[in-house]
Amino acid sequence: MELSPLVAMVGNPNAGKSALFNALTGARQKVGNYPGVTVERHSGRLALDDGRAVELVDLPGAYSLDPSSPDERVTRDVVTGTQAGERLPDALVVVVDAANLDNHLRFALQLIALGLPVVVALNMVDLAERDGLVLDPAVLERELGVPVVPTVAVRRRGIDVLRARLTALVGGTTADLRRLRPSDGSVDDDIVTLQRRARAIAAAATVSETPVRRWNHAVDAVALHPVVGPVLLATLLFVMFQAVFSWSQAPVAWIESAFAALDDVVRAAMPDGFLRSLLTDGVIAGVGAVLVFLPLILILFLFILVLEASGYMVRAAFLMDRLMAGVGLSGRAFIPLLSSFACAVPGIMATRTIDDEKDRLTTILIAPLMTCSARLPVYSIIIAAFIPARQVAPFIGLQGLVLFGLYVMGIVGAFVAALALRRTVTKGDSSGFMMEMPKYQMPRLGDIAIGLWSRAWIFLKRAGTTIALTTVILWALLSFPQAPAGQKQAEYSVAGRIASGLEVIVRPIGFNHDIALALIPAMAAREVAVAAIGTVYAIDDVEDTRGERSLVDNLRGRWSLPTALAFLMWFVFAPQCISTIAVTRRETNGWRWPAFMVGYLFATAYVMAGITYWLAVFAGL
Amino acid sequence: MTSILTLETLPRHQPAAVDTIDWDRLAAPEARRLRELGFDQGVAVEVLHRARLGSGPIACRIGRMTVALRRAVARSIRVSTATLPAE
Repeated sequence: MELSPLVAMVGNPNAGKSALFNALTGARQKVGNYPGVTVERHSGRLALDDGRAVELVDLPGAYSLDPSSPDERVTRDVVTGTQAGERLPDALVVVVDAANLDNHLRFALQLIALGLPVVVALNMVDLAERDGLVLDPAVLERELGVPVVPTVAVRRRGIDVLRARLTALVGGTTADLRRLRPSDGSVDDDIVTLQRRARAIAAAATVSETPVRRWNHAVDAVALHPVVGPVLLATLLFVMFQAVFSWSQAPVAWIESAFAALDDVVRAAMPDGFLRSLLTDGVIAGVGAVLVFLPLILILFLFILVLEASGYMVRAAFLMDRLMAGVGLSGRAFIPLLSSFACAVPGIMATRTIDDEKDRLTTILIAPLMTCSARLPVYSIIIAAFIPARQVAPFIGLQGLVLFGLYVMGIVGAFVAALALRRTVTKGDSSGFMMEMPKYQMPRLGDIAIGLWSRAWIFLKRAGTTIALTTVILWALLSFPQAPAGQKQAEYSVAGRIASGLEVIVRPIGFNHDIALALIPAMAAREVAVAAIGTVYAIDDVEDTRGERSLVDNLRGRWSLPTALAFLMWFVFAPQCISTIAVTRRETNGWRWPAFMVGYLFATAYVMAGITYWLAVFAGL
Repeated sequence: MTSILTLETLPRHQPAAVDTIDWDRLAAPEARRLRELGFDQGVAVEVLHRARLGSGPIACRIGRMTVALRRAVARSIRVSTATLPAE
């Protein structure tokens, strides 16, 4: 089967490329990965006016063909036909911000010089007009020598014209053009020369320019104010975390009751036996324990996506730069670290925007210390079981305070780790912070929905594969061989014997056999620890045949308070997440850094949990 | 009257233009990024915000873009003002 023609969308960051991509392809998108790198490949199908279909691929935003990050490297390699696993595009849609031609035309000139068929999308013309800027696309067409189409991606303006131009462009002549392409991608690399030419073209295409008081500056006067700015940021973050917990309560309850109902149906429909136990104690209990976090993750990502799409995120990075510089990082690290509160995997992937290699590596190494949503199930069940629901001050409960303390512990741990790393393994010059601050804009609902859906899908896939499989394996290891009368199943089984070996190591920090057992499958994902302890007690608890005794009651009866506190402290630091380790390996191209990360985090977890346990014991708790 | 003014010391909202950039004081990737963001002789520049008193980064308008950069970088960018402030 012949492959359909490939069209690549390329342009500067903040040119509105993704919105245009969404407008052209709608919901028919695929998110994949380029081989060997974690750069996401966003592609979709676009039906041309003559009925032919082309594959449209949205390349990462770049400032030039001289890459300074893995993202920009992919962009350069695709447009020069040297990217592994990608064919040379048949045409390019070069997206430029109409209000920022001075800068965006420079990259456009570089791209046009490559010799591929090009159509330029003069995007966000409405915002340019709002700024009092009137442009003449005909002058641009003449100067650039390629078709120029004014568009407003978020309002679907100019999309039909753009598609018509593409239809004309993607045709029989591409084979010849391909030969015309400079083989080494050598175009005029002199940024300054290109920049001056870009400015000259922009000036020629500008019909009139009325200086208007840009409302952007008015918003920035507040958002970047030396005093008001940080207060606003702190308030936003507070509201965000508050929303994650309060908005998620209802949907979490729905998911819990749905799984309880499913459990009842299976128990009623099947005779008692191994298969029923596999389905209820294994699959339903395990997957259910993880799926309840979907609402929390979605709410957190909703905030992050809106903050990013609105342009505020860069302002947050600006405000945080001073603080981050104090531990040898840059404000850019703030965005990946904030994402890591949802999940370290997208957080680590977001470090690709950090130019400085040492800076980026440090950010990757401390990202797992941000309290990700997978720790919540562990924290919340232990807190529910051991911390009394007492008010310590008006509106401040002890349980919430402990949870807050665990978050702070992670952040402080990350900062101390960054300081230490920057003086040792990632030593180097203090990194810079230089960032374009995009215009504020109203995020479009559709674009946010597409972003949320792709996050949800990644999570659901993980719950359906890795986590389901792990809990089934754990169930099997726990159920066989069957313990003879008088012996405990949790100790006699295969898993129990492995745990007995591990128990020797973790006994000094106050961990018991059950915890040792739960730590093994929790390597796959932290939240599995809760499912695993649940499974252990479900299989082990012979009197409770209907799964009625709550996990909280079981925990209270079997663990001491110092053990519970040590367990909480362990999870602040322990790198118990296969996905994080895997993404670190991909992002750092090898096993060296993930091995280092796992080593230093486990060592810290062990020491901190030990200190917590013995302090609690001596305090007589 | 002429005075050596850099982007670091340029008063907020005072219109100015980039005069010379001390490229040698900048790390290579920093210098390239600065060029890519459009810093060049003669381009209009204006300081919009300074994060906190002391040593936070600076937000400035360069051409039609708003760019954030650190003070150490701003120090290497000399600017000239058309008319100096009255006082």
